[in-house]
Amino acid sequence: MNVMTQRPNVLAPDLEDLVNEHETSVFEVRDLTASYGATPAIENVSLDIFDKKITAVIGPSGCGKSTFIRCFNRMNDLVAGAHVGGKIFYRGEDLYAEDVDAVEVRRRIGMVFQQPNPFPKSIYDNVAFGLRVNRMTDHLDDRVEKALQDAALWDEVKRKIKDPASALSGGQQQRLCIARALATNPDVLLMDEPCSALDPIATTKIEDLMHELKADYTIVIVTHNMQQAARVSDLTAFFSVEGSAETDRSPRGVLVEYDTTEQIFTAPNDRRTEDYITGRFG
Amino acid sequence: MQATATRTGLRSQRKRPVQRLVRVALFLCAGLSVMVTGGIIYALAADTISFFKDVEPASFFLSADWAPQSGDFGVLELVFGTAIISLGAMLVAGPLGVATAIYLSEYANPRVRKVIKPILEVLAGVPTVVFGYFALNFVTPSLLRAVYPGCGIFNWASAAIVVGLFILPTVASLSEDAMRSVPTSLRHGAYGLGASKLRVSARVVAPAALSGIVAAIILGMSRAVGETMAVAIAAGATPQIAVNPCESIQTMTAYIVQVAGGEASTGSIQYGSIFALGSTLFLITLALNYVSIRFVKRFREAY
Ligand SMILES: Nc1ncnc2c1ncn2[C@@H]1O[C@H](COP(=O)(O)OP(=O)(O)OP(=O)(O)O)[C@@H](O)[C@H]1O
Ligand SMILES: [Mg+2]
Repeated sequence: MNVMTQRPNVLAPDLEDLVNEHETSVFEVRDLTASYGATPAIENVSLDIFDKKITAVIGPSGCGKSTFIRCFNRMNDLVAGAHVGGKIFYRGEDLYAEDVDAVEVRRRIGMVFQQPNPFPKSIYDNVAFGLRVNRMTDHLDDRVEKALQDAALWDEVKRKIKDPASALSGGQQQRLCIARALATNPDVLLMDEPCSALDPIATTKIEDLMHELKADYTIVIVTHNMQQAARVSDLTAFFSVEGSAETDRSPRGVLVEYDTTEQIFTAPNDRRTEDYITGRFG
Repeated sequence: MQATATRTGLRSQRKRPVQRLVRVALFLCAGLSVMVTGGIIYALAADTISFFKDVEPASFFLSADWAPQSGDFGVLELVFGTAIISLGAMLVAGPLGVATAIYLSEYANPRVRKVIKPILEVLAGVPTVVFGYFALNFVTPSLLRAVYPGCGIFNWASAAIVVGLFILPTVASLSEDAMRSVPTSLRHGAYGLGASKLRVSARVVAPAALSGIVAAIILGMSRAVGETMAVAIAAGATPQIAVNPCESIQTMTAYIVQVAGGEASTGSIQYGSIFALGSTLFLITLALNYVSIRFVKRFREAY
């Protein structure tokens, strides 16, 4: 695939294999740059996100992981002063083309946030919200139940489905947010540190869930937790911060290495990746 | 217990005097407003009770014929005036105020908001007499008479409209505060599901801010209930149950001002009637607050 030749610095043998197996790219990211006002956050990121795979994004705090995945559903449009340059193709279509409606983009590309953010409505209405937005209101009850089952929450809430979502525990709230995102059958699920507010048990539940979801969804997950990335993902992108006060360029996030998770965690090509995953990062 | 505490030094030997002083001072401040309220109730109650020695409560509350000169104190005519002005004003200020708040909080960019908010606040500072003359000189002749040429110069429609405009800034500004304090994460959650801005505003932000919005509307409404000058100027002084918006009415406060302005001598029944009216107003406002609290409890989406 010729797209690989456009980013020689992230070309990795295992990825070549993946691509040669005719994996389809859901996203093709090319020279993506994002900034807040005059401050760059990420620069010249190029990679492909593959269909029905879990891609983990790891890297030190502030390297632009959140900024990066918010580019995929145009969430950065909502941040005052945020600017995105370069290209992202979603199944061949330029996401940032003039006539692309960000609202339509977000209907296909769901997102789960770092902090559980259920609406102050009932459990049922939380899940039904996206369905109503997308006018998928036929068999609403069934769809809500299905989504809650998919998110491994149904058994815990089926008897209190009309109760306020705020009465759930943090882990349940996060699974509710996942159910909410799944209800509308998105093509892609973006998850920004979905477990950072959760205890190990709730985290395990969500990780198990991701394994099941992989059959139907393409998932991009940001995580601070190296073990988690190793456990759940097929591919891993390592971001780091480059440039600093000393080099008179303001620091910005760059993609250091992108490869299969196995490769990244066993034999990374880049010294910086190795330092980071072995905990020697400064 | 005691021994352990002393050994670890966790328990101080004496209550801290400054803490105590602060506590007492704060209690007195809180107590003051309770005492003022109590004083007002007492002052109202005394004169109200003596009024009801002369006038049957039933003929006061249940009859609709307010003609003090001939000894008729059927308060319903004045209650109607107050109610129709408040409801009419609410009909103007509620939707307009909430729409303005949604615009300012969700749609307007910061620069636009910086211009519009002070203008709203200026509107809130305009003396109410000015609103009265605005009704007489503009709303009735230019708006109402354009629709219905036979409209009386004193009419409750124009009064309700200008009182609505007068409370609009209160409703808009407080509602906007309530909506802006809704966490951004909720908006992002909704946008992330592909919701349009209108849906996010109407289905997520506004319901989450409902208690604040209702509080804003109730506050606006109680200002409308108490509003006197604009109504007296625009709606005239005819106590009657006038379903026709082009007719004149009189509100409870307008009558109180009229009597307090010197028509009745202290101790007369007419003089007593204004205290009975005051008490009635007080009860109406209380009921309004109670209903709104119940409403908020029932429909609030607490985040
Ligand atoms: N809304 C914003 N306005 C201005 N600057 C921002 C904004 N969001 C992020 N940034 C800046 O962009 C850079 C990247 O931030 P981002 O949140 O993407 O990092 P991150 O890798 O997700 O960090 P963390 O792991 O701590 O979540 C940081 O320097 C941050 O200060
Ligand atoms: Mg982040």
